[in-house]
Amino acid sequence: MDDNTIRRYGDELYEAWLARRTVPPLLQREPDITLDQAYGIQLRTIERRVAAGETIVGKKIGVTSKAVQDFLGVYQPDFGQLTSGMVYREGETIDLSRLIQPKAEAELAFVLKEDLSGPGITAMDVIRATDYVAPCFEIVDSRITDWQIKIQDTVADNASCGVYVIGKTRGDPRRIDITLAGMVLEKNGELFSTGVGAAVQGSPANAVAWLANTLGRQGIPFRAGEVILSGSQSALVPVADGDELVCTVGGLGSCRVKFAGRSAV
Amino acid sequence: MSQLTLSRADIARLCERVEGAQLGAYAIPKLTDDYPAMTVADGYAVQAELRRRYLARGHRLTGWKAGLTSQAKMRQMGVNVPSIGFLTDHMARPENSAITTADMVHPRVECEIAFVTNKVLRGPGCVLDDVLAATAYVLPAVEIIDSRFSGFKFDLPSVIADNGSSARYVGGGRARYAQDLDLRTLGVVMEKNGEIVAMAASAAVMGHPAAAIAMLVNILAEQGEELAAGSFVMSGGITEAIPVKPGDNVIARFQELGSVSMRFIE
Repeated sequence: MDDNTIRRYGDELYEAWLARRTVPPLLQREPDITLDQAYGIQLRTIERRVAAGETIVGKKIGVTSKAVQDFLGVYQPDFGQLTSGMVYREGETIDLSRLIQPKAEAELAFVLKEDLSGPGITAMDVIRATDYVAPCFEIVDSRITDWQIKIQDTVADNASCGVYVIGKTRGDPRRIDITLAGMVLEKNGELFSTGVGAAVQGSPANAVAWLANTLGRQGIPFRAGEVILSGSQSALVPVADGDELVCTVGGLGSCRVKFAGRSAV
Repeated sequence: MSQLTLSRADIARLCERVEGAQLGAYAIPKLTDDYPAMTVADGYAVQAELRRRYLARGHRLTGWKAGLTSQAKMRQMGVNVPSIGFLTDHMARPENSAITTADMVHPRVECEIAFVTNKVLRGPGCVLDDVLAATAYVLPAVEIIDSRFSGFKFDLPSVIADNGSSARYVGGGRARYAQDLDLRTLGVVMEKNGEIVAMAASAAVMGHPAAAIAMLVNILAEQGEELAAGSFVMSGGITEAIPVKPGDNVIARFQELGSVSMRFIE
C-alpha cells in the first residue's frame, strides 16, 4: 500500500466521521494492511482534524484487556489520539447525535506533569511522571460498519475513539492503589458491571508505559499536561437517549455522565 | 419460604447421601433427580440435619456463608436466588498452607469479603445498616467450594442440601474496620500460578457485600435461627469460581485488605 492509498483511506475515515456514517471494513478491501500502515491512516485522520481547527490534547490506549485481545487475536494494546473536539466536562450532557454507534467504557485517566519519552520507560517512571489520575468515561465509536473491526480497522479509525469525559475528582497515584482499585459501573441507578485496575495490562501504569515506549519508537511526542485514557476496566455499555452512567473507582471517586439525543445507527 | 414436602425419613436419607459424598469425596446425582418435588425448604431441612450431625460429632460452628450472591455466580450456576450454608472449624485452613484436594471432588476457589460480628443479628427485616452496626471487622477470604453433584450441575434445593457447596475456607490478609472502607468499591484480583484468572469489585455481591449478610440473616430467621455474635460470615464470591488441582498456587489480592494465599497438593 503506497502513501497515496494510506492518505486516501485516512481521508475516507475522516469524512465518514464528519458525516456520521460508516464505511466497510478496510481490511476486507485491503487484506494486506500492516499495523504500521494502519497507524499511518490514523495519522492522516488526525491531520485532517487538526487542519480543521482541533488540537491534540492526549492519547487513548485500547485493546488492553484479555477479553478484547482474545476477540481481536492481538496480544498488545493499540492507541489513538485525543483531540479538543472530543472533550466533554463532567456535568455536560453528551450529545449522541454527534456519534454513530457509541458504547461507553469506564477507565482511569492519567495526566502527566513531565514529558515521557520512550523507549526505556517503565511503570515506575509513569507513577513518577503522573500529576494526577481521575475516573473517566470514554465513549468509543466506530466509523466501520457494525463494528466489524479487526485490529488494522480500529487502529486506522483512531482506535475507535469517540468522545470522553474526565471526572472532576482527582487522585494521587502514590496515595491510591491503582492496580487493585475496584471499578463499579452503574447505569440508570443499577449495577451494570464491576472491574479492577489490574484488568488493564496487569496495571494501568503498565499500559501507560507501553504507550510511552510505542510513541517513542514512532517519534510521536508525549507531553506533560496530556490526558491519557489508560484502557477500559468495565464491560462495554450501550448508551441511548436519557441514560445516565456513574463509574466509581475505589479510593478515588466517581465520574457521572448523561446522554441525550440519537446516534446515527 | 417454600413448604416442607419431605418426611423425616426422607430428610435423614438425603442427609446420609450428602454426608457420604462430602466425607467420601465422591460425586452424586442431584437430589431432585429422585425427589423432583423437593423445595428450598426441604433443602434447608437436609442442611440443618447435616449441621446437627457434624456438631454432634464435635465439630464447632464457626459461622456461615452466603452463596450465589453475584450475577457472575448465578449465571455460572444457572440459578437466580442466593443461598446460605454453615461453616465449621473442620473446614478452616490456615493462610499460606498446603491444602489437600484428595478429600474433595472438584474444588474451585473464589474471593470473598468476610465479616466478623460482635452482636447478635436477627431477621426478618435485617438490612445492610444492621449488619454494619453488628460488624466487628472485615477481612479477606478465599472460599474453596466443592459441589458434591456430578459436573457441578445442580438446582437450588440440591445445592442448599449440600450446604451451598461449602468445603474449605481460608481467612487472612488484613483485618479492617468496616467504617474505614468503602465496601462497595474494593477491587479484587485472583491469580493462579502467577496469572490473573478472575477480577471484579466488591459491589458485584448484591451491590454491597453487607447486603448479602442481611439476606443471610433473613434466611436464618425463616428457619427460626439467628446469627450469633462472634460469627465469621462470608458474603459470597465476588469473582467467578476457578477450578484448582494439585500443584496450583492461588493468591487473592484485595484492595485495602491485603492478600490471601494457598497452594493445593494431592
